[in-house]
Amino acid sequence: MTLQPSLTLRSPETAPLGQGYPLVAVRSLVIRYGSITALHGVDLEVNAGEAVAIVGPNGAGKTSLLSAIAGIVRPADGSIAIGGEPLAGIALPDVVRRGVALVPEGRNIFGSLTVLENLRLGATVRSDGAVGSDIEEVFASFPILGQRRNQPAGQLSGGEQQMLAIARAMLSRPRLLMLDEPSLGLAPAIVDRVYELLQSIRARGVAMLVVEQNAARAFALADRACVMSHGAFTLTGTPDEIARHERFDAAYFGVAMSAERSPT
Amino acid sequence: METAVQTLVDVVSVGGLYALTALGIGLIFGVMRLINFAHSQLIMAAGYAILLFFTQSAALAILAALVAAVLLALLTERAAFLPLRGADPATLLIASFAASFFIEKLMVMFVGSRPKGVDFLPFLAGQVEIAGVRLQLLQIVTIVVSLILLSATTSFLKTTRLGLEMRAAAENFRMAEVLGIRANRVIAAAFAISGVLAAAVACLFVAQTGLVQPRMGLQLVIIAFVGTVIGGLGSLPGAAFGGFLVGAATILLQALLPEELRVFREAFLFVAVAVVLLFRPQGLIPARGMKERI
Repeated sequence: MTLQPSLTLRSPETAPLGQGYPLVAVRSLVIRYGSITALHGVDLEVNAGEAVAIVGPNGAGKTSLLSAIAGIVRPADGSIAIGGEPLAGIALPDVVRRGVALVPEGRNIFGSLTVLENLRLGATVRSDGAVGSDIEEVFASFPILGQRRNQPAGQLSGGEQQMLAIARAMLSRPRLLMLDEPSLGLAPAIVDRVYELLQSIRARGVAMLVVEQNAARAFALADRACVMSHGAFTLTGTPDEIARHERFDAAYFGVAMSAERSPT
Repeated sequence: METAVQTLVDVVSVGGLYALTALGIGLIFGVMRLINFAHSQLIMAAGYAILLFFTQSAALAILAALVAAVLLALLTERAAFLPLRGADPATLLIASFAASFFIEKLMVMFVGSRPKGVDFLPFLAGQVEIAGVRLQLLQIVTIVVSLILLSATTSFLKTTRLGLEMRAAAENFRMAEVLGIRANRVIAAAFAISGVLAAAVACLFVAQTGLVQPRMGLQLVIIAFVGTVIGGLGSLPGAAFGGFLVGAATILLQALLPEELRVFREAFLFVAVAVVLLFRPQGLIPARGMKERI
């Protein structure tokens, strides 16, 4: 497999963003599914160009947080703002128009559509004339996607599908790229490629929010990291601080239930 | 030989009519997991539009049929299904029954339940001779119109931006929205297309039977719905193919069954349907992407 981990799409340029606001501000967010509370009052800020990793075990509430920021799940309480504007009034298809793109867990590429059609759908929110050349750039960076441009995307390997899902999200030219378990189900060598790609996207100033069970991978990418357990952050800090923190294992596995700050 | 060719043409033309009906139902199911039984009322509305205008001109009647079916399709979407976005398929199914019954009974209230005769496109009843075989012109027209509309729908879905968005929404509605596709627009477009297909079916059906009545689309829609299930719910080629197959099977059974068993034609048909589903529960051409969704 020849996956070249470099994707040189231009810098983000979606709708104008409120000056002086964080890219995303999550305040006291509560998410409930029926009687189950997935998030108990989570606070999070992501600033322009910043990479934040959220790690934690299965069922900690990481996906719920991303789904809420993407507008898929509506909060039971608390608030989310994108560029200072409350998310509550924004319809799901308009969230990506605010510069927030999601690569969901399991990739969710359209398996019956061709590789090219998947990429064209990624640029749904754009009306500029550069979509075609951006897609050609994707094909130049990932020759395998170019060779299979007219084949159903469902025929790609898992790693190729993940690259396609990331490229598709990038075609909306987001300010914030959110990824849910980008390494899940992939061989370590392929995970290397995926993270090299994310590193190159990050180097171009796109902010990132990466949810991972694979903490080491996400920490290598991130400026800041949060450990989530049982629907709340149990540790936050720089990846280094968290990895060296004496209570990291306990926090990761949810022994420490109260939110506490790591030493600075 | 001549009987065989005539039967074949009969099979293909009736199959085409059911394929068009099944495609209309399959399109809506594909995009929003709704089995729209009110599709039969679209056919009925188009039928009454023909009744209203056929004496003036056939072209006007066809145009009126199109307008009536498309408007009613968009209206039922607005009134019955838009308020239920995100509801589970069972709720949508009940809503579609409600819409279907409501429109039918409303029609009975205003125009009565008795069939009305319509001498629509009478020249189509004429015979043509092709390669020594005498065929009814209407059957040829039905086959041609079915082929044109099936390929036009396919080409719309394959080559236009809206068609691409529709296929994406049919495979994974939520992900399509995450990418910025405006679902309501896509759904409205799907309803409009199902209206066009219903209008075409109504024109061919009325020309064939010469009658309109409030229940006129029901039989077609029920059989065509069975066709979409046989073909594979959620798959458009499956819907068209299944519809064709079921329509064709009714004619074949009519031709092949011993005379005393012909009254039980539907029973044989549904036994065949049950057997197919026993071996292919997902249908003959199963849909992709009916599984996991974000």
